[in-house]
Amino acid sequence: MQKENLVLIGNGMAGVRTLEELLKLAPDHYHITVFGEEPYGNYNRIMLSPVLASEKTIEQIMLNGEQWYIDNGITLHKGKKVEQINRARREVIATDGTVAHYDRLIIATGSVPFMLPLPGADKQGVIGFRDIKDVDTMLATASQYTNAVVIGGGLLGLEAANGLMKQGMNVTVVHLLDTLMERQLDKPAAAMLQKSLAERGMNFLMEHSTAEILGQERVTAVRFKNGTEIPADLVVMAVGIKPNTELGKSAGLYCERGIVVSDTMQTITDPKIYAIGECVQHRGIAYGLVAPLFEQAKVAANHLAKHGIARYVGTVTSTKLKVTGIELFSAGDFTGNDQTEDIVFKDAASGTYKKIVLQDNQVKGAVLYGDTVDGSWYFQLMKDGTDVSAFRDTLLFGQHHLGDSGHNPDTRVASLPDNAEICGCNGVCKGDIVKAITEKKLFTLDEVRAHTKASASCGSCTGLVESLLAHTVGGDYSATPKTKPLCKCTDYTHDDIRHGIIQHSLKTMPAVREHFEWKTPDGCPSCRNALNYYLLCAYPTEYVDDAQSRYINERAHGNIQKDGSYSVVPRMFGGMCTSDQLRAIADVADKYEVPTMKVTGGQRIDMFGIKKEQLPAMWKDLSAAGFVSGHAYGKAMRTVKTCVGSEWCRFGTQDSTGLGVKLEELTWGSWMPHKFKLAVSGCPRNCAEATIKDIGVVCVDSGYELHIGGNGGIKVRVTDLLCKVATEEEVLEYTGAFCQFYREDAHYLERTAPWIERVGLEKVKTAILSDAANRKALYERFLISQQPAQIDPWKARADGAEAAEFTPIMIEA
Amino acid sequence: MSKWIEVVELNNIPVLGSRLIKTRDTDIAVFRGSDDQVYAIRDTCPHKGGPLSQGIMHGSTVTCPLHNWKIDLASGNALAPDHGCSNVFAVKVEGGKVFLQLP
Repeated sequence: MQKENLVLIGNGMAGVRTLEELLKLAPDHYHITVFGEEPYGNYNRIMLSPVLASEKTIEQIMLNGEQWYIDNGITLHKGKKVEQINRARREVIATDGTVAHYDRLIIATGSVPFMLPLPGADKQGVIGFRDIKDVDTMLATASQYTNAVVIGGGLLGLEAANGLMKQGMNVTVVHLLDTLMERQLDKPAAAMLQKSLAERGMNFLMEHSTAEILGQERVTAVRFKNGTEIPADLVVMAVGIKPNTELGKSAGLYCERGIVVSDTMQTITDPKIYAIGECVQHRGIAYGLVAPLFEQAKVAANHLAKHGIARYVGTVTSTKLKVTGIELFSAGDFTGNDQTEDIVFKDAASGTYKKIVLQDNQVKGAVLYGDTVDGSWYFQLMKDGTDVSAFRDTLLFGQHHLGDSGHNPDTRVASLPDNAEICGCNGVCKGDIVKAITEKKLFTLDEVRAHTKASASCGSCTGLVESLLAHTVGGDYSATPKTKPLCKCTDYTHDDIRHGIIQHSLKTMPAVREHFEWKTPDGCPSCRNALNYYLLCAYPTEYVDDAQSRYINERAHGNIQKDGSYSVVPRMFGGMCTSDQLRAIADVADKYEVPTMKVTGGQRIDMFGIKKEQLPAMWKDLSAAGFVSGHAYGKAMRTVKTCVGSEWCRFGTQDSTGLGVKLEELTWGSWMPHKFKLAVSGCPRNCAEATIKDIGVVCVDSGYELHIGGNGGIKVRVTDLLCKVATEEEVLEYTGAFCQFYREDAHYLERTAPWIERVGLEKVKTAILSDAANRKALYERFLISQQPAQIDPWKARADGAEAAEFTPIMIEA
Repeated sequence: MSKWIEVVELNNIPVLGSRLIKTRDTDIAVFRGSDDQVYAIRDTCPHKGGPLSQGIMHGSTVTCPLHNWKIDLASGNALAPDHGCSNVFAVKVEGGKVFLQLP
């Protein structure tokens, strides 16, 4: 097929994105020629603010370097301005005389800053904020001069002012109205923004109208209509942009505010000519944000590739301010009217403001200041027209509403649905990103940007993308558990399988594997352990444990150490012991020549360096002295750590050691999704460190505080308070119920801390606190499961169970 | 050619499990798959010497209990991305008994 000629006028974000989309669809359709007025490749214009603030360099904001044009066979005329389009001859002619013939033409000339026609506006030092040249001018001025005046307190003006301030200039923002960013913010949010910018040193002259720019050749001062003057070495006009229609008009294309285009991005005058980006007017709207431009680019590319099925129908836009340290989000109709209702949260002290505008229980607009994590969620609700009546009372608190633990972006991003939009600029949703990370094995933010475009434009979603990356690559509990299969052997999730085991009465591992279409005959070390646990939890009195599906520690009831020897930890209930018990342990240590003994963090004694074949004999001696296994090796309840309590301590309010012993007697031997620890502190001094345990009890004068979901491991997490109870009996019942709920709900190898962050504290509270009958049923099931569990595995093996496991075969050879 | 030595009855090896055979020179892990296929491998992971006999078997692979290296029992080779190899020994089952051929 004969290639056609495609010419693009404008080497900016909209035009080049159209080419990128087109090359994906039809790489060989066209000879492509690009004219760019600026002497650069294609760069990310919306990142000019961070360049001005010295947070990025020009190199860092280049999207496509010159090599990209070469690689794709594109002829780039940079630094050449097109001055004429000859539609009759289908040619474009640049100022230097370069002529290019086109079969199809794209006009993407963008916009120009609106310059106020003030007296003196032509003086040196008066500029707009639009391109690299403007940024260079501002940087050069900042190194020589002191005073900058920014006219316009909108998005662009504030970003410019912030950058100039970062360059050390004394900056005053002049604004016609009494509110900043009035097109994006309501008054309270704008006031908070102004306050925090003022705290950073930005000056404001609100409700000031500029009359004249003073100076000889160079600006020296600005005079206002009220007669006052302020000194100025640099004036940046940031009062708006207007579509750059000059070339379109001269070519005879119909223009109003911008070049008027149809839903296919073709100019209504000449279908061979497409127009795209800020120079365009579509259905009466000229957009000045990046998200619509990219949607337009997709549509235009689809048509240029002759697929002809895409239509552009307009974009709902949202805004974020690119000033580091200021979180601001707005979208839709945030002012409202008589038909709408507002939900507002304002905490001036913490600098947080949230306003959601609702109409007929649908989100119509939102303004967020200080905490914008849920911005994308509200935006999604707004675009989807979701009926929010079911969660209207917690809507303001975000997707993870208040009362939920883990109030941080990491856990929130994990809980977002796959269709939640993460990158508004490029329209990339969570599912796309997670899929790219897993399928293409991406590890860095740059790779994610390269493959998905997420966070590649304005960058305000970078934090979210990083969280997603951390979660997905981390591959642990938080990696979108709803869609992640249990392991590579199956497509089903932990939850699917747990429910299926109960629902279909699957009682053996082969039955589970068959039902859920396992791809491997035996499973793998991940799923074998998990299934063994799930079946044991579901059918505690029926299921026959499969030793070969247990990790060696649980199979040998000791901890394997680096040299292949084992360590042995006898259980000491509540950490209590007698001199006789210590003597017995010392005797055993002597008899088996234990090389190392240590007191563990959980107040038990650990004996290291035991050969596997010695274990049964050693256990026999320990059980003769009254000890049972400490389960220090298992995904099981391990220890209950205690402090001294009221028996001896001056401060102890209750008998914490006694309660610890009772709790350990209740829970010892129980298999759990992961290791599980308890602690009881006798007073709020919390000497047993109960607030970093899976269950912590803190005794107080009036009773017992129950804390859950703590972790002292790699990622320290302080417990959430579950409730307060008055009696020891209640402590035992609530503890048993919580244990059972965790056993039945969590994924295998998911500790309580990430589990609670995943399912939410509310769910746990509902199961145990709000529903007393359910709590009692959970407790009852826990007690039933404990009957077969509380058999000392050491004694059984000392008496000969699974002897072959511990007996090597000696041969002469 | 060295001779075959009877070491254990097949039924004394747990399915998807192993028995540890100690000779004067070396420790050998003998595994039994779910299809009763038997494998014999030196009981030392090529990584840090972990006892392979204590690992979890799946298919014809064992996962070392120390650092989760996966070793192919037929060839003794570590599976990608890891590299390394542990000796394997000739092994056969006759009349319900497992025989090893030692070098």
